[in-house]
Amino acid sequence: MNAIRRTTLKAAGAAFLLASGLLHPLRALAAAWNKDAFGAKTALDALKSLGASGAASSKDLLIEAPQIAENGAVVPIEITSNIPGTTSISVLVEKNPFPLAAKFDFMEGALPFVKLNVKMGETSDVRVVAEAGGKYFAATKEIKVTIGGCGG
Amino acid sequence: MAAGSMKMRATLGSGYTDVRVLMSHPMETGQRKGPDGKLVPAHFIQNITVKVNGKTAVEGQISQAISRNPVFSFRIKGGAKGDKIEVSWIDTLGETTKGESVIA
Repeated sequence: MNAIRRTTLKAAGAAFLLASGLLHPLRALAAAWNKDAFGAKTALDALKSLGASGAASSKDLLIEAPQIAENGAVVPIEITSNIPGTTSISVLVEKNPFPLAAKFDFMEGALPFVKLNVKMGETSDVRVVAEAGGKYFAATKEIKVTIGGCGG
Repeated sequence: MAAGSMKMRATLGSGYTDVRVLMSHPMETGQRKGPDGKLVPAHFIQNITVKVNGKTAVEGQISQAISRNPVFSFRIKGGAKGDKIEVSWIDTLGETTKGESVIA
């Protein structure tokens, strides 16, 4: 009886070690994902979670994207920030169920530039917010969608 | 398509290096219904890291709103032939893939 109890305890101990040893590093890596901002249902709430509400509009933040996207599943957007000292760029599709699509942090050695493809459920404003020297700057562009991208 | 492989290319431009990455990933939103009428569970890349010669240059957080089989372009300041560019990602299931390329 006792022997069985020992092995059971040992097995439980091993399972615990496996769980804590193997799963923990993954959780630590995933922690760098801003759950509140990405889970926000409105662009306003997402910006609040990013600490970026009240961004001033800027002409030095360039968005290159088609005016009309034929396929909402793949909408190419190219963003360049000419604002000196830009450290991050966030992309929000205002009418998507979860507006925040991406946030990029640029370290020393990278230019504040990114090109990406996003899904758009319907015609919407795409808002880009750049962070430079603790201040936030925004630019907006409307993209018309003829076929939505949420059907997959 | 299964999550996995990555294709990348680093091209020397004028004053910068263009890094293009193509990742194979379904990027499921969790809002799409499969053929059985049930919702397909969310499964998407959350974090992307770009390193140049071992030093982190870009860190990206992305959501389910990024298209399936994501393609990204980044620009690295300067860059020289032989510099090593590494890109890695981790998704909602903890799966991860790394790719590397040398500036040609």
